[in-house]
Amino acid sequence: MKPTDTSNPEYFHKVVDCQYACPAHTPVPEYIRLIAAGKYTEAYMVNWESNVFPGILGRTCDRPCEPACRRGRIEEEPVAICRLKRVAADNKDDVKAFMPAIPSQMNGKRVALIGAGPASLTVARDLAPLGYEIHLYDEHEAGGGMMRSQIPSFRLPTEVLNEEVGYILDMGIHTHFKTYVSSLNEILEKGYDAVFVGTGAPRGRNLDLPGREEAGKNVHIGIEWLASVAFEHTHKIGKKVIVLGGGNTAMDCCRTSRRLGGEQVKVVVRSPFSEMKASPWEIEDAMHEDIPILENHVPKSFVVKDGSLKGMFFEKVMVEYDDSGKRKLVPVGEPDVFIEADDVLVAIGQQNSFPWIEKETGVNFDEWGMPFVDRATHQSSNKKVFFGGDSAFGPKNVITAVAHGHQAAISIDLYCQGTALTERPAPFTNLVSKKMGIHEWSYDNDVVNDQRFIVPLAEKKAALSDRKLEVELGFDIATAVKEAHRCLNCDVQTVFEKDKCIECDACVDICPTSCITFTLNGEEEDLRSRLKAPAFNITQDLYVSDTLATKRVMVKDEDVCLHCGLCAERCPTSAWDMQQYLYKVTKACH
Amino acid sequence: MTYIRPKFRHPDLPKNDLGYTTKEYEGSLSTLCAGCGHDSISASIIEACFELSIPPHRIAKLSGIGCSSKTPTYFLGNSHGFNSVHGRMPSVATGANMANRDLTYIGVSGDGDTASIGMGQFVHVIRRNLNMVYIVMNNGCYGLTKGQDSATADEGSKSKAGSVNPFQPIDLAGLALELGASFVAQSFSGDKEQLIPLIKAAISHQGFAFINVISPCVTFNNNPGSTKSYDYVREHIESTGKTDLVPEKTEILTSYESGTGTDVKMHDGTYIRLEKLAANRNPFDRMGAMNALQAARNRNEILTGLLFVETETENLHHTINSSERPLNSLLQEELCPGSLVLADINDELR
Ligand SMILES: Cc1cc2nc3c(=O)[nH]c(=O)nc-3n(C[C@H](O)[C@H](O)[C@H](O)COP(=O)(O)OP(=O)(O)OC[C@H]3O[C@@H](n4cnc5c(N)ncnc54)[C@H](O)[C@@H]3O)c2cc1C
Ligand SMILES: Cc1ncc(C[n+]2csc(CCOP(=O)(O)OP(=O)(O)O)c2C)c(N)n1
Ligand code: SF4
Ligand code: SF4
Ligand code: SF4
Ligand SMILES: [Mg+2]
Repeated sequence: MKPTDTSNPEYFHKVVDCQYACPAHTPVPEYIRLIAAGKYTEAYMVNWESNVFPGILGRTCDRPCEPACRRGRIEEEPVAICRLKRVAADNKDDVKAFMPAIPSQMNGKRVALIGAGPASLTVARDLAPLGYEIHLYDEHEAGGGMMRSQIPSFRLPTEVLNEEVGYILDMGIHTHFKTYVSSLNEILEKGYDAVFVGTGAPRGRNLDLPGREEAGKNVHIGIEWLASVAFEHTHKIGKKVIVLGGGNTAMDCCRTSRRLGGEQVKVVVRSPFSEMKASPWEIEDAMHEDIPILENHVPKSFVVKDGSLKGMFFEKVMVEYDDSGKRKLVPVGEPDVFIEADDVLVAIGQQNSFPWIEKETGVNFDEWGMPFVDRATHQSSNKKVFFGGDSAFGPKNVITAVAHGHQAAISIDLYCQGTALTERPAPFTNLVSKKMGIHEWSYDNDVVNDQRFIVPLAEKKAALSDRKLEVELGFDIATAVKEAHRCLNCDVQTVFEKDKCIECDACVDICPTSCITFTLNGEEEDLRSRLKAPAFNITQDLYVSDTLATKRVMVKDEDVCLHCGLCAERCPTSAWDMQQYLYKVTKACH
Repeated sequence: MTYIRPKFRHPDLPKNDLGYTTKEYEGSLSTLCAGCGHDSISASIIEACFELSIPPHRIAKLSGIGCSSKTPTYFLGNSHGFNSVHGRMPSVATGANMANRDLTYIGVSGDGDTASIGMGQFVHVIRRNLNMVYIVMNNGCYGLTKGQDSATADEGSKSKAGSVNPFQPIDLAGLALELGASFVAQSFSGDKEQLIPLIKAAISHQGFAFINVISPCVTFNNNPGSTKSYDYVREHIESTGKTDLVPEKTEILTSYESGTGTDVKMHDGTYIRLEKLAANRNPFDRMGAMNALQAARNRNEILTGLLFVETETENLHHTINSSERPLNSLLQEELCPGSLVLADINDELR
């Protein structure tokens, strides 16, 4: 293998598993250390700079960082990264003074943002401080997009949402709420220098089965129903409720039903339980609220008697694989199952829909009705029009919308300044030694053995009787500090300086997880098989040095390194050093 | 400074026949100087015992005084241990071994501990062919007392402070050969590929097994001009050929021509596999080994590898016809057979 090029900013970035997996590349270990040090405001601002909604995300993020977390590879559970973020948000001081200043002299450019979800708000947050005049349009009466209309208050209190949306709207944003944009042409005619489309994936899928029409008002599209609850148009639901679908929307629908009078709420899914799309923790929360989940039940028909819905028929199926290995649901041959229901919530998927974008705008769509959007620049086929969030590539989540917003803001800024969109500034990186003295480090290098701590919940009876009562109580500070110590500081990199090494093997012998090997070089596959401990996880890199005096190379498997610094403590020549790597994604405005 | 090793280990660590990983053979975190050769020898002992699947509680580790003699704390934390006085490890090992022949005895010593204060003990334990592994972690100095020249320091070797050693060195491997040791090997702490199989073979050997391991002292004797530094040893090392210990059931090599290889059957049923043995080297030839050692020294080379082995050897238990069962398992009537037996003995002496 060639010696590892650590000057490539992505090499050490990848070692910080959580940050690398985060779509917005939040410097996770940096804020976790700040929390452990009681610096909540600073921890909040590290987050805010990257992901704009720490309080919201600390409660609702899809947390792609956690399955990636290194801790999950050396023991059962990853660090509770997401819930630690909430600790920073809950315990911070007033942060208004740290928000970017808005210039008194604007730069003369005007940008329209359609839809006030997280994607558009992120664009606003990045462009307003640069002097752009921002016009934000949304059909609803307040900003937040689906964070307001879909995510229920028992998961995300309105005050938290209002606070973080407020920080952005306070940047002198011109809001046009309760304004449904019915024509992109009209917007373009207003002479904006650029337009950002952040309208989400607002259409819920319907389920056309026998009896659907007759069942009429007792069958609801999940996301429409959740919005109507959020905006206080709907206050109750029948005692018996069926929720169709196995995603996160279904979980929010069933849990909301329990709070609006639903006593026997059942989730019914077509496929096996193990294949449900909802996050494990959301499923767990629903089951904790006494909501059974019936698997392998395919909906057949709605049963309506005397003009009112009585229930639904389902066919029981099982999974089979055909010769080509394709998975099929085949009937088990039992009679159809009848389940009683006063109301049915259909939560079987969301779609994009752009009835308001005219052909003449030059914004082109593919055969599935999705706009042609550049993955890196977010520019559409009309150079002035940019897309981000769920509207660009289909429904995802808040953190992805934020990541899109940052990238789109860079593009819009470059576009308005007449620079090529491909000339994107490099990420900010910084590598500093954590050495304080002999065997003394300015980070907590001891590895604690604690298992993941559990976030306490509100008492169930109280939670189910109040739709707005937040279920999760968040970590108390003492627990948060303990959880924070579980973080392995993956950003404190093991940096090897080949010329200092005398090949004494001290690092090899001390490393608790057998990461380091000195051996003859070879091709990657061969090298992986010859290391002190097998390196089966090919998603993790090998750090390979240049050839040493004995003709061997140093090979470090990054996979289960604990970042304990013992290699650097034992090295007599400081050929190993522990150096903190800070990686910040480029943003239009820091 | 970190005194506690994190408890986590690589999740895919190999397991031995007992289902243990190397973790079960580790000791506490070393407090020796970072980069000390002794730590690599400790790691090799751990690996050898792991690979041989010896139950850790069936091993006794013994030592004298010195940095080298501190190392038993840093390996085999689940085994029996005895840190004796300076140079007295052999007597303690002899006593323990006589009391219980069923354990594996690993003695660890330094060049000071062995070649100076403990020389008398060393020569007698060889003479008696005690069934044990005797490892000298040889750094050419008294590491623990800040690096004074030891009796194995080469003539002309320069210390860190700049003084040149005027005395002849004691060649411990040569001495062991001369005194009739039944297993003699030499190695380098920086060459685990050679050292681990040698330790395994030494453990399998049913008699006195001596390994002299050059083990640089990074703090006091790793300077230019020293003949026990990492750089000097790497430049002057010469190997007798690769050695490996193969289990009983493996296919056995029979040919014994130079350039191929040979398997030497050990008493416990395992085989030492010697590869590419140099043309004029025969591991059963004591004189040849002594000559080769001397010749290498004349060339300023350090000869490493298995120098000599005598598989059919009678160790001390055999010689003095001692109890086959550990003393702690003997019952009252066996230990104290009564006045009639005493009377018989007394009669014999009359
Ligand atoms: C029930 C449910 C629960 C969810 N829970 C989570 C969660 O816990 N965590 C998570 O990360 N993600 C969650 N999501 C997904 C997340 O809400 C979205 O991925 C995210 O909000 C997308 O952001 P966006 O900026 O693309 O647009 P959106 O948040 O969808 O906002 C778009 C806004 O534009 C408005 N709009 C659309 N068209 C027009 C128009 N023509 N004129 C004016 N306004 C218009 C819409 O009304 C909406 O307010 C959930 C989604 C649903 C449906
Ligand atoms: C009876 C006695 N005499 C002298 C000493 C002082 N002393 C401690 S260690 C040591 C030399 C150790 O040298 P070596 O065996 O080579 O071990 P190293 O530290 O080099 O590994 C001496 C002389 C002692 N502890 N006890
Ligand atoms: S241990 Fe800490 S730094 Fe490492 S991946 Fe997990 S949260 Fe991130
Ligand atoms: S920091 Fe060094 S000693 Fe610790 S686990 Fe990583 S490579 Fe091993
Ligand atoms: S401890 Fe330092 S000098 Fe020794 S082998 Fe490791 S990197 Fe090289
Ligand atoms: Mg010594």
